[in-house]
Order: sequence, then C-alpha cells, then structure tokens
Amino acid sequence: MARLSAEMVERARDTIALYPHTRSALIPLLHLAQEQEGWVSPEAMEHIAELLDLTPAEVRGTATFYDMLFLEPVGKYLISVCTNIACLLNGGYELLEHAEEKLDIKAGTTTTDGAFTLEEVECIALCGSAPCLAVNWRFFGNVSNEGFDNLVDELAAGRLTDDIPPHGTLCRTRRAVGLVAGGPDDAVVEPVQEHTPVEEQG
Amino acid sequence: MAVELPQPIVTRRYGLADSWTLRTYLDNGGYEGLRKALTTPREELVENVTAATLLGRGGAGFPAGQKWSMLRKAEPVYLVVNGDESEPATFKDHQLMETDPHQIVEGALICAYAVGAAQAFIYVRGEFALGLERMTQAVNEAYEYGAIGRNIFGSGWSIDLVIHPGAGAYICGEETALLESLEGKRGFPRIKPPYFPAAIGLYGAPTVVNNVETVSNLPWITLHGGSAFAAMGEGRSTGTRIFSLSGRVNRPGNYEVEMAKTTFHDLFYDPRLGNGIRDDRQLKAFIPGGASAPWFGPDKVDMPLDQDEVGKAGSMLGSGSIVVMDDTTCAVRAAWRITRFFHHESCGQCTPCREGSGWLDKVMYRIESGAGREEDLDLLFDVCDNIAPGLSWPPRQTTICVLGPSIPSSITSAVRMFRDEFLVHIKDGQCPFSR
Repeated sequence: MARLSAEMVERARDTIALYPHTRSALIPLLHLAQEQEGWVSPEAMEHIAELLDLTPAEVRGTATFYDMLFLEPVGKYLISVCTNIACLLNGGYELLEHAEEKLDIKAGTTTTDGAFTLEEVECIALCGSAPCLAVNWRFFGNVSNEGFDNLVDELAAGRLTDDIPPHGTLCRTRRAVGLVAGGPDDAVVEPVQEHTPVEEQG
Repeated sequence: MAVELPQPIVTRRYGLADSWTLRTYLDNGGYEGLRKALTTPREELVENVTAATLLGRGGAGFPAGQKWSMLRKAEPVYLVVNGDESEPATFKDHQLMETDPHQIVEGALICAYAVGAAQAFIYVRGEFALGLERMTQAVNEAYEYGAIGRNIFGSGWSIDLVIHPGAGAYICGEETALLESLEGKRGFPRIKPPYFPAAIGLYGAPTVVNNVETVSNLPWITLHGGSAFAAMGEGRSTGTRIFSLSGRVNRPGNYEVEMAKTTFHDLFYDPRLGNGIRDDRQLKAFIPGGASAPWFGPDKVDMPLDQDEVGKAGSMLGSGSIVVMDDTTCAVRAAWRITRFFHHESCGQCTPCREGSGWLDKVMYRIESGAGREEDLDLLFDVCDNIAPGLSWPPRQTTICVLGPSIPSSITSAVRMFRDEFLVHIKDGQCPFSR
C-alpha cells in the first residue's frame, strides 16, 4: 500500500548499480518490496517501475511468474509445508493435514488474525530431513506433529523472532561493496546491447 | 565387502566449526587454488578441466571443459553459476551454499579467470534465505581479503562477483530460463538454436553457466591436476560426486562417493551411507537421478553410479538425487505427485507441456483417488506420447526445453513396472495403500 521507503530506495539503488543492465535488478527489488510490506503491492510495483525505467505492466509481468512473490497480503508468518516426493514418502501430507487442523485453516489461506499463512509447496531441498517445512524461508526438518505444534506456539508467543525474521529473503543480506573491478585503469567493457542481433555460431 | 569411501573433495570442510567463514576456509587450504590459477596460463586451466572430464553436476552432465571451450569469440564474456537447485529430492547445492560458500566463490573465480569473464553472477534459489546470507557474507569477506575486486592477489586481474536471488520457479534451473530471470524477466526458456549460452547468453553475450557443485570442484582440480581427478571413477564418470539420497532409507543425506566405483546398492545399504531400507522393508523401486528420470527396479541395484551406464540402461543420474521407494510406497501416488509437480512448474510456453501436464495430473489423481477408468492407462500413454513421441529415452523433443518431455518418465515407469497396482486402484475404486 505504499511506495518504497527512503532506506529501501537506497538499497534498491545500490542493487541496480551491480548490473550491466538495470532490469536485472527487478527480482531483487521485488524482494525488497516484499520485505517492507510482507507482500508486493501495486504501489510498490509502480515505484519499482520508475526506478528501473520499466512500465508497471513489465514489473507485474515478471512478478506474477514467481511463486515467492505475493501480490496480495499474507500472514506475518508464511508456513510452507513440502509434500513433494521425498516428503510424501515420509509423511509430508500427514504433516500438512495436521498443520491445517492445528491452525484451523486450509492450505493456501491465512488465519483470521493475520498471524499465519499456510501453503503447500514443491520441494524445498531439505529432503534428508523429510518431512520438512519453512517459516518465512527458515527451514525446519524432521517435523513431527508435536514439533509443529511447538513451533506454532513459540511463533505465536513471539519467542522465535531471532530465528525467524519477517518477510524478505534478503532481509539479512547486505552486500558490503559495489562494483570495483572496472575503473579508470581498466579497459572499459561495453556490454552487448540486449537486442543487438548476434551472429550465430556455424 | 564394503565400498571404499574416498577422501571427500567438495564436502571436505563439512563438520568444521564455522565452515562458512573465511577464517575456517583459509585455515583449510582456502583460495590456494585461485592463487595457483592466477599464475597459470588460461589455456592450461581449461585443458586441466577438460582432462579431468568434469561432467556438469547440475543435471545434464555436459563436460565443463567443453562448455568453456565453446565460447563464441566476443566480448564481454559472462560467468553465471547456477545455484537454483529445485529438482525434487535434490538437496546437495543447498547444503554446499550454506556450508562452504567460499569454495563456490573460489571455484567461480577460477572459472571466470580461465574463460576471461568480465563479470560473474551466482544465481541462488530465492527460497534459500540462509544460503543467500552466507553466500553474500562470503563475497563480502572475499572482497576484503582481496580475492575479488581489483588486482586480485596482485595478479593484475580484476573482476566483480554478484549474488543474485531467484524468486521461486523450478524452470529457472534450465540455463536459458535462468538467464532470462537474471535479466529481470519471466523465467521462460529460450528457443533453440542457439543451443548453448556459450554462443548467446546473458545480455546476448557469450556466457558460461555452471552448476554450484561443478565449480566447487575447481579449486581442488586446479591444485591437484585434472589427471588426479580423472584417476578416480571410470570412463567419463570421473572424480567424486555428491548424491542426495532420500526416501525410505535409514540414513538419508548427501554423500560424496567415488563415481562408477560405488553402486546404488552401496549407497542404499552401506551402514556409513543409507544404512538399509526403513523397518527392514523391501526395496520396491528407485529414481536414479531426480524427478525427471525414469525409475529403476531392484534388478538395477547393483549398477554403478556411472553416468553412461545409467544412461544406457534407460535413465539418467541427472541431478544426483536418488529416491528410494519400499513396499509400503504406492507407485500410483508417487508418480502422481511428481506429475503434479511438473504441472505446477510448467512455464506455459509450449502446448504439449502446458496442456499435457494438466491432463496427466488429473488422470493420475483420478486413478489414485479411486475414480479411475479402465481406459485411463491408454489415455495416459496417449497423452505421454503427444509430449514425447515414441516414449523413448532420452525423450524426443516437442517443446522449447526438456521439462515437458521429462513429464512422462514417472508415469510410464510406474505403469510399466506396476501395472497391476494401477488396475487394482481402478477395480477396487480406492488406493490399496490407504488406511
């Protein structure tokens, strides 16, 4: 419901500077928007379009392709339960059913207090510890029903704020430096223009 | 006679305290490979990797040295490291990025130097929040240490490396889709030809795309020589490789073993590896190389983990992920779940994949849930045949990328191996494995 904050705009500009073509910063910027609001609002997409010299439709066109980007609000905690093959073989669906009961919602929906969104997801690459889940993309393996209940109770009581940050997969990543390799001493490297027809190899 | 486990290469720092930090990395041989590379002629570095026969560890198994040698002669050249690990039951790159990010950075730098890249990117699957943190932290430390940036280790060579997040899309592991995504677009695979980003890649420039595990081998290969790597394994299946073992085994996990010298049986039953099937059940079937691979039955369990052997037998080692099913596993349910995955992940560009995956998902679910019809098995094969005509292996292409033609693998495997199970589902109107 808002444009990016001044701090986010600064992070966005630092990010844009890392790429030979500004549009490459689009997905990272969408993550920043989601970090700020918990989802990607139309206003945020318009703001990102301005920063990247794109149309809002181009931004939306990219955003709608990716499963992690939510174009409507989700709960404070996004619980993603895997049911793909390795988890299926180790109780993934039973865990998802239990999660639905515990939270009293269906997968794909949010609790009325806005605390939890439950989703069924494809493989999240923790198959050695199946069944597994993620909360705001922090991973938990070998999750029993009891373990799930404890996790939810701890989250509800606000006791896991250090382990599980709010939304935004980049919220704890900060690149320390910009691009430094190219400089006055070096040959200037001109990137090939995106739409230049290039000769194909024989 | 237990299989001999090799000295690990890419997982050798697993278990060390703070293995992801520069301090631990330097205490354990870190950046020695890069230092050596920077004083070695570039052609020699490429020859070394070619001599190692380092097959790509992402899924296609294409020789890395050959990939580097195919670059179109034009500037700039880009390096993109593929860390978008999303193939179901593959979890080796996830662990590598969280556990030894500096090794990936060093490997990427060696590759970038060898191919003369102007800039390097590591595309990390968006869901890997901790992986992104640790990779970014490693890059920060490496800049400060002088391994990235200007005049690296006084060599006069300079390069920047950027960690780039994905945002949740299996198809972005396909290298041309990954490049589209890195350009800020929808992750649509590009029309071929050109077949290889080495001709036209990122921003239209010649580009090397290598998997995270592939580049993780480069520091070792640079230090010890390609022939030392090739001395392990057999034929083209050289060196060691991480296999992600999951499903109904007692000790699922990532295991680095010597290629071709280790069998599926070793992996499943050795007490130091899978340690047997859970609850002493019987092995029913296994998937030898990710959800896209045709299944094997117990008759193939003594086959070595050899890319060409597995290929000749009608499947693939693919992404190195092996899923074990036992006699409690419903083959219909397992095949349906994989089919549903492909339906969800189809990018929608090509009709056979977009429409076919949905049909197959629905028909498979109908059978599994007890509403199947006798003619459904023919229907499944008919739809599969429309996606990959002839149902041969490797599948014939009807689509821009290999996702579509991979969809029939699990269904045709399950029907061919467990036809009776399908028929029982249909006849009884319920899944015989459900309680």
